[in-house]
Amino acid sequence: MHKFFIRSFVSSLVLLFTFTVAAIAKDVKAAFVYIGPTGDHGWTYQHDVGRKAVEAAGFKTTYVEGVPESADAERVLRQLANSGHDVIFTTSFGYMNPTNKVAKEFPNVKFEHATGYKREHPNVSTYAARFYEGRTILGTIAGTMTKSNVIGYVASFPIPEVIRGINSFTLAAQKVNPNIKTKIVWAFTWYDPGKEAEAAKALIDQGADVIAQHTDSTAIVQMAEKAGVYAFGQASDMDKFAPKAVLTSVENNWGPYYVDRVKAVANGTWSQKDTWHGIGDGMVVISDLDSQMPADLRSKVKKLQADLASGKVHSFTGPIYDQKGNLMVAEGKTADDGMLAGMMTYVKGVEGDIPK
Amino acid sequence: MIIDINFIGLIIASIMASAVPLILASCGELITERSGVLNLGVEGMMIIGAISGFALMTVTGSLIIAIFGAMLAGVLISTIFAFLTQTLITNHVATGLALTIFGIGISAMIGKNFVGIPGKEFPVLFDGFKDTIPLLGPILFGHSIVFYFAFALPFITSYFLKKTKIGLIVRAVGDSPESASNQGINVRLVRYACILYGGAMSGLAGAYLSMIYTPQWIENMTGGRGWIALALVVFSTWNPIKILIGAMIFGGLTIIQFHMQAIGVRIPVQFLTALPYIVTIIVLVVISRDSRKIRLSTPSSLGKSFYKDN
Repeated sequence: MHKFFIRSFVSSLVLLFTFTVAAIAKDVKAAFVYIGPTGDHGWTYQHDVGRKAVEAAGFKTTYVEGVPESADAERVLRQLANSGHDVIFTTSFGYMNPTNKVAKEFPNVKFEHATGYKREHPNVSTYAARFYEGRTILGTIAGTMTKSNVIGYVASFPIPEVIRGINSFTLAAQKVNPNIKTKIVWAFTWYDPGKEAEAAKALIDQGADVIAQHTDSTAIVQMAEKAGVYAFGQASDMDKFAPKAVLTSVENNWGPYYVDRVKAVANGTWSQKDTWHGIGDGMVVISDLDSQMPADLRSKVKKLQADLASGKVHSFTGPIYDQKGNLMVAEGKTADDGMLAGMMTYVKGVEGDIPK
Repeated sequence: MIIDINFIGLIIASIMASAVPLILASCGELITERSGVLNLGVEGMMIIGAISGFALMTVTGSLIIAIFGAMLAGVLISTIFAFLTQTLITNHVATGLALTIFGIGISAMIGKNFVGIPGKEFPVLFDGFKDTIPLLGPILFGHSIVFYFAFALPFITSYFLKKTKIGLIVRAVGDSPESASNQGINVRLVRYACILYGGAMSGLAGAYLSMIYTPQWIENMTGGRGWIALALVVFSTWNPIKILIGAMIFGGLTIIQFHMQAIGVRIPVQFLTALPYIVTIIVLVVISRDSRKIRLSTPSSLGKSFYKDN
């Protein structure tokens, strides 16, 4: 009996304390749901860098890592919504349905879903980055720097995001060098350093002297460094992993957007939005250009970067043909966002078929 | 695509490099299993070796300390397994699975501070001779010391088990711990030693991944190779030389399918990706057709706890 009283006393104290804290602190609390571990140094890592920016701006944040895109996601989201979080960022495509489902149950909590397109309730926003703009720059560099005219490309999964990247890259490379050939290898993984390194090695052994990647680990740039060929960093600046090989990196920069949105929640100005930001808004960042690139190429890239940012140049400007020679985008036109979002065909000049 | 002889040499060299961690971990586990202990914690011991090697390399700057430290870390974590299964007589399967989960968790915890740090370059031997001999040059030269050790290990293991007295004792303990015990052999001690040795080899396999193959730390970077290593032991019917063949087949199919993709062979990519697994199943089916042979080569007391020991 004695023990029971002590226990209930302690637990009621704890409860009281929790409620008091919750009542005093009216700060906005943001939660982040991650698909992978924050230690992947890729996709999730960059989102976590963004979360830290929110923290630095004076807001409280929590995160849950390694959440599967299943019923588990709903459970985690409900728990976060129940425990006093005002805004929840769900940072993987597969959280699309769970996010919308839970959003319906918690109309006072704001939900922000990355890379999705469903906004079924007024408290759900979506956001994504125009990484293909970065790949236009990489393609320009690759087409200029290659000597063998064979460019290797390690791809992850055949989804529009990746196909769009391959197309954007190839179009840009062909523009500066019509003789190039893009060899694509599908690794069917987002990150598995061993497999990625093996895929890169296969491409290098077959004569590729510039390697691009749409997988997340640094294994590919390290392999390029060992083999003495060029490569590009993915998601974060990978220069320190391969100082000689990495010409530049395309960085995912979520911080400004996250801070912006959390502030909007705090000010009460948050409203539903569909955001697709590119180089212009700073969501896609091009790292320092390596000094191995000739000066005229570097200035050309700088100009291209500025033009992409201002909208003067679009990555998908016609005429663009598909592999069979059918016109995709007419001369003088640019691909609209609908076409980009659902892009599942290669443009002319890409070799091979998209795995079905 | 002109396929010249040096190109084939390069492919074989990549296949061998990818087989190294599998050979190391499998040969270690083979000794453990030959003593009658089934340790399913290979994946966990490997990942502990990977983070320990990488962390020690970053902190101390010494590759030698890092390599031996990784092996020691493998020994330490396998000591937990040995204590639980041999002294407290817990179930091998459950304890091994727990070891894997424990290893993945603790490596992620330690690894938090080591994400995003580039590894050091690991020295390779005989790099200058690479171009001297066509085909064989890239296969034989320009690899790390761990690479050469891995390819010697199956032969050393085979010699150890067949020709040495201690090897005989290990096999006796695995086949009939009761008889071995009656002969005055300390079964528990032998099994402890074999488990710790398996831990050291798994640790080395992990360090090879994080220090030599892809010099960096990423959570879960072993990516299931520990499980493949376990399967290879069964695949080899507890024969070290067959581990070598199995590891080459498994590593090789992944690399060959990448090459076929790059050449532009019109085979569905999904089929190519599944190929290593399909071949593994086929080989297992072929092997298991001779069930008598499997029964003969399986250590008789594998996975069974041994109580009567002083």
